[in-house]
Amino acid sequence: MQNNIAVKLQDITKTFGKQVVANKDVTLDIRKGEILSLLGENGSGKTTLMNMLAGIYFPDSGHIFMDTDGEGLKEVSICSPKDAYALGIGMIHQHFKLVDVFTATENVALGLDKSIAFNKKQIAQDIKAICDKYGFKVEADKKVYNMSVSEKQTLEIVKALYRGANILILDEPTAVLTPQETDMLFDVMRNMKADGKSIIIITHKLNEVLEISDRVSILRKGEYVGTVDTADATVSSLTEMMVGQKVTLEIDRKEPKDIKERLVVKNLTCVNKYGVKALDNVSFTAYGGEILGIAGISGSGQKELLEAIAGLQDTVENSSIEYIAPEANTPSQLIGKTALQIKNMGVALSFVPEDRLGMGLVGTMGMSDNMMLRSYRKGFIFTERKGPKSLAQKVKDDLEVVTPSITTPVRKLSGGNVQKVLVGREIAAEPTVLMTAYAVRGLDVNTSYTIYGLLNEQKEKGVAVIYVGEDLDVLLALSDRIMVLCDGKLNGIVDARTTTKEEIGLLMTHLREEENDNG
Amino acid sequence: MGNMNTLLQLLQSSIAFGTIIMFGAVGEIITEKAGNLNLGIPGVMYLGAISSLVGVFFYEKNVADPNPFVCAVIAILCAFLAAALGGLLFSFLTITLRANQNVTGLTLTIFGSGVANFFGGLLNGFSGGVGQIRVETTSKVFMAKIPFLSELGVVGKLLFSYGWLVYVAIIIAVLSQWFFNKTRTGLNLRAVGENPATADAAGINVTLYRYLATCIGTGIAGLGGLYYVMDYTKGTWANDGTIENLGWLAVALVIFAIWRPKNAIWGAYLFGLLFWLYLYVPGLDRKTNELFNMLPYVVTIIVLVFTSFRKKRENQPPNALGLAYFREER
Repeated sequence: MQNNIAVKLQDITKTFGKQVVANKDVTLDIRKGEILSLLGENGSGKTTLMNMLAGIYFPDSGHIFMDTDGEGLKEVSICSPKDAYALGIGMIHQHFKLVDVFTATENVALGLDKSIAFNKKQIAQDIKAICDKYGFKVEADKKVYNMSVSEKQTLEIVKALYRGANILILDEPTAVLTPQETDMLFDVMRNMKADGKSIIIITHKLNEVLEISDRVSILRKGEYVGTVDTADATVSSLTEMMVGQKVTLEIDRKEPKDIKERLVVKNLTCVNKYGVKALDNVSFTAYGGEILGIAGISGSGQKELLEAIAGLQDTVENSSIEYIAPEANTPSQLIGKTALQIKNMGVALSFVPEDRLGMGLVGTMGMSDNMMLRSYRKGFIFTERKGPKSLAQKVKDDLEVVTPSITTPVRKLSGGNVQKVLVGREIAAEPTVLMTAYAVRGLDVNTSYTIYGLLNEQKEKGVAVIYVGEDLDVLLALSDRIMVLCDGKLNGIVDARTTTKEEIGLLMTHLREEENDNG
Repeated sequence: MGNMNTLLQLLQSSIAFGTIIMFGAVGEIITEKAGNLNLGIPGVMYLGAISSLVGVFFYEKNVADPNPFVCAVIAILCAFLAAALGGLLFSFLTITLRANQNVTGLTLTIFGSGVANFFGGLLNGFSGGVGQIRVETTSKVFMAKIPFLSELGVVGKLLFSYGWLVYVAIIIAVLSQWFFNKTRTGLNLRAVGENPATADAAGINVTLYRYLATCIGTGIAGLGGLYYVMDYTKGTWANDGTIENLGWLAVALVIFAIWRPKNAIWGAYLFGLLFWLYLYVPGLDRKTNELFNMLPYVVTIIVLVFTSFRKKRENQPPNALGLAYFREER
């Protein structure tokens, strides 16, 4: 049994900074000639764990053993991608490592060992041999910028194989592929497996796990949960392992009272730059006085949904977003208006974007200048500075922002404090609809609770709060209703007080329509 | 026959002029291909020019019978090394300390011109007499024409009547074109300028490549300064700012050549032609001939507009041009 193991990870721990534990005591076996799925929610540490095999990160503690010569496991140390290649490990990242203006051949030739002659014709022939063997399609002279995403991915795999990879790690390879391309990928994966190569596929799509893999290993919040044979697994057993037992959080959630319609979204559809529907016919209503949680695997359309409401995203015809102001009886249409127009109409939408420093704040400016970003249009010729200054001071005092002064550049603050500045500013605008995305990502427990408290306070004031989150325990404890997105479609709205984690997990990973089609 | 001679003169002066900026442009192309935008080209050309002049001045002054070969070696070494030293300074500031490349480059230009004009003035003072130095032996070596061939009528005059640095410039340009497209190191270098993260992941030492490309590139640009003082102005020095103007033309030529050394060859001669055209256009005065002086820049802008419109990826600047690289930490 021992000698059919290709790689053994033992007690691997990796932390980033002081607070974020990405992996904790993970022990995992990868067998020769198998396809192993690595399953877990967002932020469960799948990619980090594999990055340590690929030489991108180095574990804080723990051991990696490999059977490199067929004579049993030996401990290895992987300090760089080069080391990983030397050991026969190749990882295909979500963001491809390719040079756009180079041909396929040139990309394969890049950084090759000096012992291999630099002969593009020879390399092109070798590429063709690999393609024929496993059923890939790569045009050796095609430039990367002319390639489709699928072709680029194929090139990455060929590149890894050319360098002699026996263990291939694919990081969410199907996220960017069409169903047909996914089928093609799975075919070559089976061919590679038949050739004795070990393949690890990182994913959170349960149907793919069941279709392609031999075994499934599950990670949850950085910890190893267990491994099961795919033959013994079902969608619900995997979901249960993935989401885990419910953890009770002490968030003070009041019953919503006096709820009123604020946003009525009908048939909302958005198309992304690849022409794929990022949001598909989504309809729902958000009420003032309640927190509407939005759950979903990342990239299921959350970003587009928030941006569409904020006027930052183009929508397809027939989409409708109606806003009913507190004192008005007639709804007003938000689609077709710019973000500024929406604001000028008296519609107060506050928006906490996913990327705190990227979209929300200017890193090199202090707190008070960042407050001014919301009010820079005030004042005649000269900007009005007094208001933002006192607001910054108020946010600093109320939310206990740790900063030397309100003029210290915000990029020097810790993540939690940056988040407080951002949320504090948005709330100070006295919104009637407050949208937040991943508001507590990377924050410590205390700061997270401060933010939950702020959101609950807003809800009690009658604000319609929309909370996009990734931690199901928080969503269950904070929201009144939870809306689940799956692949851009609305897969269900459930009552947060009565639903279970399994139900939401299932809704996140499994489109209900599909089940109907199958059954 | 009169017209023929005029045309020949124009072409000859274009080629001489083009050689100076060809050195600068090819050097800058090598630098930019590695992702470093060095606007210090005028500065390093100044450094190359003045260093070669200082080196051979003292050699010629202190040796009774200067050996022409030694003169040439001293001049080349001084020019290349002084310019490369400027490149090393630029590399240290921008690659190691990650200073802004535009600011650093402009500073290098100001620095180089200041140093050169200071020592140039000093040298002219040393030489006494009319206050104009001459390094006769050395400039003779650099201006030596190919015997026989240069006398073969119009063709000989057009193709072979120049100092040998003219041919060195062409050879360097051809070699670097071959280097970029046919060698492993050239491929790695381009990868560093296009996508340093990918190059890094492939095990290429991004820092080393950028240092070397910048230092060798500025060294070659320094040879432009060498050609200028030794051949173009016949071994003299004048504090007139010409080198700086030529340096900027070299930077414009890089864009005109869309980062291909082979285009820099004919592009350099074309710039030379456009630059001297005013001498052969009748009825110009000092005001209107300035209009002609801007022609090289006008064609560069036209090329920029054209390539921007067509959006062909191969004709765009290296993707990581002007950006410092550091390994991503989470």
